[in-house]
Parts: sequence; C-alpha cells; structure tokens
Amino acid sequence: MAGSLVSIDGVSKTYGEHGPLVLNNVSFNIAKGEVISILGKSGCGKSTLLNCIGGFEAMNEGQVLLDGKPITKPSKRCVMLMQNYGLLPWRSVRKNVELGLESAGLPKQEAEERVTHYLQMVGLTDRATSLPSELSGGMQQRVAIARALAIQPEVILMDEPFGALDTFTRYYLQDELMQIQQREKMTIILVTHDIDEALYLSDRIFIMKPNPGEIHKEVSLKLAKPRDRSDSDFQHYRELIFNEFQFTQEKATIEFNI
Amino acid sequence: MARLKRFPFIVMGFVLLIAVWQIAAIIGGHQAALFPPPLKVGEALVSIIVDGSIFTHIQISLFRFFTGYVTAVFVAVLLGLVLGRLPVVWQVLDPVVQVLRPVSPIAWSPFIVLWFGIGNMPAIVIIFIAAFFPVLLSTVSAVKKVDKTYLRIAANFEMSQVETLWKIVLPASFPMVANGLHMALGAAWIFLVAGEMVGAQSGLGFLIVDARNSLSLDLVMACIVVIGGLGLILDKGIHYFETWVNRIWGGTQ
Ligand SMILES: Nc1ncnc2c1ncn2[C@@H]1O[C@H](COP(=O)(O)OP(=O)(O)O)[C@@H](O)[C@H]1O
Ligand SMILES: [Mg+2]
Repeated sequence: MAGSLVSIDGVSKTYGEHGPLVLNNVSFNIAKGEVISILGKSGCGKSTLLNCIGGFEAMNEGQVLLDGKPITKPSKRCVMLMQNYGLLPWRSVRKNVELGLESAGLPKQEAEERVTHYLQMVGLTDRATSLPSELSGGMQQRVAIARALAIQPEVILMDEPFGALDTFTRYYLQDELMQIQQREKMTIILVTHDIDEALYLSDRIFIMKPNPGEIHKEVSLKLAKPRDRSDSDFQHYRELIFNEFQFTQEKATIEFNI
Repeated sequence: MARLKRFPFIVMGFVLLIAVWQIAAIIGGHQAALFPPPLKVGEALVSIIVDGSIFTHIQISLFRFFTGYVTAVFVAVLLGLVLGRLPVVWQVLDPVVQVLRPVSPIAWSPFIVLWFGIGNMPAIVIIFIAAFFPVLLSTVSAVKKVDKTYLRIAANFEMSQVETLWKIVLPASFPMVANGLHMALGAAWIFLVAGEMVGAQSGLGFLIVDARNSLSLDLVMACIVVIGGLGLILDKGIHYFETWVNRIWGGTQ
C-alpha cells in the first residue's frame, strides 16, 4: 500500500525446518503515526510476528518493509520494548536511557538534553540516579519507554508491555503512553492479549487466531482519543471483539473448559 | 553487629588452636627446635617484625602475587569474553583446557625455570597459571549464561561487537566473574609459597626454605602464620568486592 510506513507482506514462519507453521501468510500495512494492536491468545504467534517485524527472527516466506526497504536485522529505526523491561540492572536510570544514544555520534550535550527530556516525559526526573532494582515494575517500564523514545525510532514495538503490572498501574501507564503518542506521533505496534488495552490505545486491532497464526479479522476503531473505558461505544467494540474472539477458539477446547 | 557477635567465637577458635598446640608441644616432649611451641614462634615473629626483614619479604611476595594474579585476570577475562561468544571455538578448546587445568602449576616449574630463568618470574608464572583457569572457566560460563534479552537490546541499538562485549556482556556476566576472581585468588595464594620455592631468593616462600635450611623451625612456623594471615586479609578484601558487585548487580535478575 502506498504511503504506509510498515508493510508486512505475506509473512510465513516455522521454527526449525520441519516445525509447525507458526505464522501463515500474514499481511497488513501500517501508516505513519498509527497505533495498531495485535490481539490474540497466548501461543498464537504474536511475539513471533513482532520479532519478525523487528528483524529479530528470520521468516521463511514474505518480507517486512520499513519505508519500502526490507528489514533484515534489528535496527534503531524500530525499537522493541521487552515484556520484562530489559533494563540493565548495573546502570542507573539515566544511564539506561542514555544507552541507545552512546554510539549515535550525538554531541554529548545534546544526548544529555535528550535523556533529561524523555526522563521528564515519563515523570522520572527525580529517580535518574536510582538503580532499576530500586524502582517498581511500573517505573521500570517507564524507564524502558523513555529509553526507546530517546532514540527517536520510526516504529516502537511493544510485546505485552504492561502484562506484569497491577490494574491501576496498567491503566495509568496506558494513559501516559496514549498521551505521549498523541504528542510525539510515534508509530506503535502493540502485542497484547488484553482486549481493553487494545481498545484503549489502538487505531486498528488485528485479531489473530492460532495454529497456524493468521490474521482473523481487522477492526478499525472510530473513537476519538482519549477514550472512556465506560463509554457505550467502547462497550460496543469490546463486545464485537469478544465475539470475534469466540470464532478464533477451537470449539472442542471451549466445551472442554466448561 | 553480626561481626561483633562473631568476634568472641573467632577469639575462642584461635585460643583453642594455640592451647592444643601448646599441649601437644608439652605432651609430645619433642625438642623445641623440631616442634616449636607457640611462645617460641611468637618470639620469632616479633623478631622478624622488629628487624623489619619480614616486610621486605611480604612486599616482594605481594608484588609477585599481584603481578601474576592481575595479569591472569586480565588475560583470562578477555579470552573468556571472546570464547564465551564463540561456542564452536570453545567446543574445540574446552577439552584442552580440561586437560591442562588439573595439572598443578608446580608441575610446569622445570619448563618455567628453563624459559623464564630464576628470580621473580617463576613465582609470577606459577601464580598466573594457578589463577588463569578458574577465571577463564567462570568467565566463559558466565558469558554463555548472559540473558538473551540483553543481547537483543544490543542488536536493537546497533552496537558493534566490541561495544556489546564491553557494555553488555562483561557487566552482565560480572557477578559470576567476580565469583571466579574470588576462587582464583585463593588458588593463586596457595601457590605463592610453592612458586617462591622455585628459584627465588626472597619472599615468604624463600624465607620458609631458608629457615628450614638453617633448621629454624620457629621461623618457618612464624612465616606460615604470616602467610595465613595475609591470605585471610586478601580473601576478606575480595569478599567485600564480591558483595558490592552483588549488591549493585542483584535485585532485578
Ligand atoms: N524460539 C522458539 N522456538 C520454537 N518454537 C517457538 C519459539 N518461540 C515460539 N515458539 C512457538 O511458536 C508458537 C507461537 O509462539 P509466540 O509467538 O511466543 O506466541 P504468543 O506471543 O502469541 O504467545 C508457540 O507454539 C510457541 O511454542
Ligand atoms: Mg508472547
């Protein structure tokens, strides 16, 4: 599609030569500044797809284009936020955020200013000298977000970024992320199994079904941001997606579970 | 606090040791020259402290020790960092290391004297060998255990190989490496004396040989006390270093 920033084009993937098909002919496009969610049950291939997009995994067929050029290896243009935050425990918060800038050839002062700017954006200026182990999980994820933002990547990939956090912290961070995204207009590809999270943050949701991993349905959300989780339109979409989800389940497992 | 509580036990241990020693000396009825009682050893210790000779020997011994140990640590850590990242190469080298490692560094002494002469070098080389293998092995296994997440971050941030080693792999494997440094320190200290018995004309190991040749067993024993005491201090020192490392590095992993 013309004008799209990321094109996922017929991606198929198996682990090992004779492994089962984990991704089967996945294709979609993402425009610049868009937030899209990949929603699916655990094990349906969401992380694998995200790793292929980030260049962390090779695919068997198809390609991922960033600005029209195939992605073959990880790069700073497309930064991954890890589920376990991936902070370096021996570096202070500030030094963690600086990590991606150290080899960027940035003048020292500009790098410092950028670190300060993004630390402020995630509200951690006063924790700059703390070690990650001294922070709560939510704060650690904010450091990771600041570290990703500091590189000013074209795309941010998030793999269940708030999965390990309690509900309040999660809501709070989702809100924060949404505001930052509105301001900075980053392109975000978010993997989640949380319907509300996908509904709250995304412009479009791709529902995945497992065995093999395929896009089952695309849902465009025509709701203004910031969204109200108790809004009736929000409820309507939630129901719609929940119903779609039922289709992705294999009948037998549902009956078995009941 | 904990240290204060332990203090009486430590004192008691040493008092007990000296008491048993004294009793053995009395009951055994050996000549004081062959089995020096604590008091004679104490006198010998005081005399070498007063005339200052022990300090020259300690100084040269510590110089040899740190030269051998620090060189071994540098070489082994660098090598370990690289080899840990090259699994295929390590598979080839690992068996060789496993064969060389159990060989006592002293076994090499004939070659060492031939190749390096006498003086400081034999002791330094023997200490190097003693420290080298524990550090190498702990570094390689530490590097292999580095969390894949960190390596993904390095790739994502487009770090060069050298940068990845320096900024990610080395610090990530540091707690385990520090543990290797601790073990190597003990091993190397044990071989200091043996190393200085090979062609040295000074140092604590030489002092023992020299005192034996003049049949001053009280002096031999005084030397042993000094070696034990210094070993304890070194061990405590690196133990604090290790605790510090674990405090900084621990927590989130
Ligand atoms: N490194 C791997 N090697 C082999 N199989 C894998 C690997 N990673 C994931 N898989 C398999 O691929 C499938 C999809 O996994 P994943 O992408 O992690 O799913 P999700 O993120 O949706 O939970 C699962 O069946 C999983 O067992
Ligand atoms: Mg996953």
